[in-house]
Amino acid sequence: MSEHAVEAHSGGHDAGHARKVAMWVFLGSECLFFGTLIATFLLYRGRTGDGPAASDVFDIPFTSVSSFILLMSSLTMVLAHHAASRRDRRTMRIWLIATALLGTVFLAGQVFEFTEFVEHGLTVTTSPFASSFYLLTGLHGAHVAVGVLMLLVTAFMSFGGRYRDDEGMNVEIVGLYWHFVDIVWIVIFTVVYLLQV
Amino acid sequence: MSHRVIDRPRRTLVLLVLAFGLLAACSGDDPTNLGRIVGGDLPQNSLDPAGPIAEQVDSLFWLVFWIATGVFALVSLALAYAVLRFRRRGDTDRPVRQVHGNTRLEIAWTILPAVILAIVAVPTVATLFEVRAAPGPEDDALEITVTGHQWWWEFHYPEYGITTANEMWVPVDRTVYLSLTSADVIHSFWVPRLAGKRDAVPGRINNIRFEAAETGAYVGQCAEFCGLAHADMRQRVFVTSAEEFEAWAVAQASPASIPAEGPAAAGWEVFQTQCASCHTIDGTSASGLFAPNLTHFASRTSFGGATIDNTTDHLREWLRDPSSLKPMSPDLNDLEAGRVLGMPDLGLTEQQIADLIALLESLE
Amino acid sequence: MAVTTDTAASVDSVVRPRGLWGWLTTTDHKRIGILYGVTAIAFGVVGGTEALLIRLQLATPNGEILSADAYNQMFTMHGTTMVFLVVMPAAAAFTNYFLPILLGARDVAFPRLNALSYWVFVFGGLFLTLTFFLGGAPDGGWFGYAPLSTQVPEVVRMDYWALGLIVLGLASVLSSVNFITTVLTMRAPGMTLMRMPVFAWMATVVSFLLLFSLPMITVGLFQVFMDRNLGTTFYDAAMGGEPILWQHLFWLFGHPEVYVLILPAMGIVSEVLPTFSRKPLFGRSFVIFSGMAIGFMGFGVWAHHMFTAGLGPVAEAAFGLTTMFIAVPTGVKIFNWLGTIWGGSLRLNTAMLFSLGFIFLFVIGGLSGVTHSIVPSDAQQHDTYYVVAHFHYVLFGGAVFGIFSGVYYWWPKVTGRLLDERLGKWHFWLMFVGMNFTFGPMHVLGLNGMPRRTYRYPEGLGFDMWNMMATVGAFTIATAVLVFLANWWRTRTRGEIAGPDPWDGRTLEWSIPSPPPEHNFDIIPTVVAEDDFWHRKYVEDDSGNPVAREAPVESPVSTEPIHLPSPSYHPVLAAFGIFVTAIGAVYLPWGLLAVGTGAVITMWGLFGWSMESLTRREHE
Repeated sequence: MSEHAVEAHSGGHDAGHARKVAMWVFLGSECLFFGTLIATFLLYRGRTGDGPAASDVFDIPFTSVSSFILLMSSLTMVLAHHAASRRDRRTMRIWLIATALLGTVFLAGQVFEFTEFVEHGLTVTTSPFASSFYLLTGLHGAHVAVGVLMLLVTAFMSFGGRYRDDEGMNVEIVGLYWHFVDIVWIVIFTVVYLLQV
Repeated sequence: MSHRVIDRPRRTLVLLVLAFGLLAACSGDDPTNLGRIVGGDLPQNSLDPAGPIAEQVDSLFWLVFWIATGVFALVSLALAYAVLRFRRRGDTDRPVRQVHGNTRLEIAWTILPAVILAIVAVPTVATLFEVRAAPGPEDDALEITVTGHQWWWEFHYPEYGITTANEMWVPVDRTVYLSLTSADVIHSFWVPRLAGKRDAVPGRINNIRFEAAETGAYVGQCAEFCGLAHADMRQRVFVTSAEEFEAWAVAQASPASIPAEGPAAAGWEVFQTQCASCHTIDGTSASGLFAPNLTHFASRTSFGGATIDNTTDHLREWLRDPSSLKPMSPDLNDLEAGRVLGMPDLGLTEQQIADLIALLESLE
Repeated sequence: MAVTTDTAASVDSVVRPRGLWGWLTTTDHKRIGILYGVTAIAFGVVGGTEALLIRLQLATPNGEILSADAYNQMFTMHGTTMVFLVVMPAAAAFTNYFLPILLGARDVAFPRLNALSYWVFVFGGLFLTLTFFLGGAPDGGWFGYAPLSTQVPEVVRMDYWALGLIVLGLASVLSSVNFITTVLTMRAPGMTLMRMPVFAWMATVVSFLLLFSLPMITVGLFQVFMDRNLGTTFYDAAMGGEPILWQHLFWLFGHPEVYVLILPAMGIVSEVLPTFSRKPLFGRSFVIFSGMAIGFMGFGVWAHHMFTAGLGPVAEAAFGLTTMFIAVPTGVKIFNWLGTIWGGSLRLNTAMLFSLGFIFLFVIGGLSGVTHSIVPSDAQQHDTYYVVAHFHYVLFGGAVFGIFSGVYYWWPKVTGRLLDERLGKWHFWLMFVGMNFTFGPMHVLGLNGMPRRTYRYPEGLGFDMWNMMATVGAFTIATAVLVFLANWWRTRTRGEIAGPDPWDGRTLEWSIPSPPPEHNFDIIPTVVAEDDFWHRKYVEDDSGNPVAREAPVESPVSTEPIHLPSPSYHPVLAAFGIFVTAIGAVYLPWGLLAVGTGAVITMWGLFGWSMESLTRREHE
């Protein structure tokens, strides 16, 4: 969403700065969103009914690897941003695509994991635990997917025209979002996978 | 812009204020006079408590009410004074000193309300813990399990093994302790003269305690929106002497006796095929749990969520087409899903209806 | 409405389409504000009609105007419509139109995002209202308590409700992000946060409240929708679900939401009273901080809506106390308003009357609110007409009166013409009397045992006379609204020409022509004081009385080129895609086709959006 106001229009303010502020404000809202989802999960995590419990289905080593991959994508994101601030479009593009790839690998891991769980008899309808687990991780996955899309669009747009300052700002804003989604996953991974009762 | 036209609405308002003032002047000092202004009989008046617990709550309400009235009087008088005193007359403004504020005043009117509220908070919290406390063994409380259904109440007396619907009998001057739950959606049990309301929530048990100080009939209704016939989900509480209650309980606990012949026996045949999958009659093979227990149906004053007087004519209408008396959305297929949204129209013949009525009226 | 004026400043000459296409593609915050306002009035007629039907049904015992089913739809839609489609957009209308002008800006931070918010809101409102023609409107109450709202998944009514609220929530979050960013980055030079007009402050607090509360209800709405359509078990008690969870999620949003509804009105009143008292707002910083305090505390009182649900006495006591003490900042505001008019020179025109009426009615509503915090007696009042009376005193006597005050106050700025004062006074008095006749008796009804949300009541409970009174009152209110609409119609062409500053105003919006030019300010003002425009006109003498300056301080003429956002059809396209997606999601699984189509339309809109530049200026 490259909404860029122009200096004269914004009374001499830096339009890129406004977009960064907006992303921060929006992420504040997202914190409450995931906070609510996590709270719901914590309420329901012991309510497994007749279905499998967390310890019956979770494959901690596998999820640890995919979590590590997502964490690494934050590193590549930083490298992309660094390249953008040096106005090095080619390197920036490479790291953006790398970040998107790592995100895609994480998503693929999640899809694989979900199919495993379903085979173990854990579907969205099994129990409140299952319902809230899928809602939380699914919506997080949706956020990752949106992030991948944003990364690819940013990379794609770097092919046209000349480098402009707001392109660097785009990378920075997508980076903000991406790091946020990443941090949320650290919390989810800890609360959902590691702290099993 | 003519001035007369502007004055007209203002004059109307003055008249209205005077009228209300006259109304208020007719009442004495007794706070429950609100009831007398209203006139008539108010069977669901929460300001007319009929037991110690309801009385505690009532006196707390009036305490806060009078404090609030005092605050309201002060603020509205100040407002009226300011408007009358400082309104601009004519078209010219008087010079106005540009006052920006006063920190001392601000502190005063921050602390003063806080102090008043702190004073109110003490009895509030005390009363809260008192009325919420579970009865101890010395209270010899009568325990009743209340289950809300769309759209009727089920009352179960574990001590006596009684299950009845919509009409609760309790002895006077004895603590009654209800355990509330629900079979479908959230309902709320409320008999205003005896106690505040308490929700009946599926999957949990909420408790409420009350005690009636006077014998008589008390009415109430479900207070949490529970779908189509929410308004027609009422309940009656009959408060009797201890002896009368014991006699009632013994009678209710006895199984039903089905007559061997006559229309009632024919009615029993119909009942087994048409009604028994939802209704129970203790002591027979009919043991459906979706609908009210009919073991002593004839002893009740009402049916249909305590909204319909129990008369032969009403029963006939009910059996012809239940939804004509009370809006319901039953669907026999819902029985599979364990969902019952009222009594279905069973398409009974007039003969079957007459026989069923004979059966029901024999269930003393 | 948008008249371009000849100014010395050269505005970039983008061709702006006229007519319907112009409105569809506008990115001008003022036109979007007008759109919000007109939409709010239209939905207000719908919500008001629903209210009148409710009152007709209850005028007599055992009423037969509506069936139980129709009645349940009416009260559900009346609540949902009035909250989400009338009061919120009315406040959004003022915020859109005036926030940038009050800050001395040319527009909001993101004009196209602003348009998107509006169109998503309109489609969300249509989505909800269309249900009347699609086999029945939502009927589970505006609070949608589970498991009633997850019952009978075959009937799509509550699916529309859950999705409609998600869509409306999206619109609100987007505009909140926009307004907060505007306040943080677009203020004119010298416009410090503490110099911002109180209305701008309240709009900011409201934006934060929406930003932090909407996500919580959104999660709950997702859960309700999934329970209904995917068979999940969030609220299925038999499977271990917890119906009370929904109440927590709903009221975690719902309580901040009531402050979302009232704070803009408080902001308006804080602008109107100083203007017509010819005094600055008394204790300005205290009014601002108490607004923030109300916002903060609003997140800590939600469970007072659940005092009968069985939270346990400790939690009930805690929430009772927090609820009680939210009366303190509210009281501070009321005392400061009294301080503002005290010693002023009050001009009792319609806008002022509505603000004074607001204070009077809001005090009544606020005090009955305190009685709800008395937990044991709330168990008697909860879910009765006493509660209905309370929140109509604060939301009708408060929010709606405040909004009408703003309408009469700012109308000349928006249209260039004054509303007729004679009709305005009739409007006010009819509404004031009608309001007290409608909702006053409801206090008595509730205490006498009349529960809410009941489509009929039997004779013999003593409810008859009061209900009849309330119905008469409701029609009095309806008459008042008709008087207002007549006033609007009459003054369209015949109203007195207002000029830029009809009230001798105090804030920046009165320093520019009425209606304002598209770029608002020929030159961005440099602010030197609170109530900056007042200080350009007056100086205070030694005793603090205002003395008019010889000549008002004029801004220098600017010849700098001004770049304005270009019109864009992408926002309305993206919003339409969301609408199609939502319709499809109701009719799963075969609605997936529509979901896909809608997603493609939205993507198309967003992609086009990111490809076009906001202004036609070439970037160097």
